[in-house]
Amino acid sequence: MSLRGRLATGKRRIAFLYWDGCQSHEEALRRLRKVLAEERTDAEIETILVQSEDEAKRLQFAGSPTIRIDGKDIQPPTTAHYSLSCRAYHLEDGRISPLPSECMIRTALKSES
Amino acid sequence: MANVKIGDKAIDFTLIGTDGLKHSLTDYRNKFTVVVFSCNHCPYVRAWEGRMVTIQAAYADRGVQLIAVNSNDATQYPEDNFENMKLRAREKQFNFPYLRDEDQKVAESYGAQRTPEVFVFDRNSILRYHGAIDDNYDDPLAVKRHHLRDALDALSGGTKLLRPETQTVGCTIKWKNN
Repeated sequence: MSLRGRLATGKRRIAFLYWDGCQSHEEALRRLRKVLAEERTDAEIETILVQSEDEAKRLQFAGSPTIRIDGKDIQPPTTAHYSLSCRAYHLEDGRISPLPSECMIRTALKSES
Repeated sequence: MANVKIGDKAIDFTLIGTDGLKHSLTDYRNKFTVVVFSCNHCPYVRAWEGRMVTIQAAYADRGVQLIAVNSNDATQYPEDNFENMKLRAREKQFNFPYLRDEDQKVAESYGAQRTPEVFVFDRNSILRYHGAIDDNYDDPLAVKRHHLRDALDALSGGTKLLRPETQTVGCTIKWKNN
């Protein structure tokens, strides 16, 4: 399954990439699902477990969790460092977190619609 | 699973700090010593490091000394190299030593697995607490259990420590042979 573009059905295509060495993916997926429900967005989530450094490079995995909506990262990484690591999200209030905020997910969802 | 268990004696080490000085654990004998395996790149550390500074400031006059140790492989993770450690210590105004464990022997001997991972020793260098700083990396205002503060309050107040071990949450330590 390609990670880019919308599905032919018009549904949003969401790729949720994670590495299980990083403990925030379950909460991130819960937040993603919550926002999709609140926004009544028809979407198909593909969860992809990244298991090797080679796979991380091939998928351009910038850390766990990575969320792409219709192929676009919700917070495009500023460097091309792809590895099995935890993702640092820059929150709206300036803090760094291993979790994307609901606001960040919602904004990305709306900017792509 | 950590190699140093509750009730065990601290394993001494001597490492270079971002201040250019060598620091040994024994330099801090007679203090409550908080050894935190830490790093630059990990978002969990970055979420918590402000709280580390706050805790050191709040507990210094109770004889608490925090020591952060970065054991990560800086070849794979250049953000964790010594120069970047110096920058981070300056930028975040660390009020504790930030040490480089270049050969990873300290992390290995302690059996540390994640960053941040906390080991608290009493004035006799006996391990009294091991685990997380608190129960909410994502939001400091939503913390319900202040694990490290509770441990330091109990130790410095001479009362029983109710929760000597908590689950460590964070990034895995980046070993050189991986």
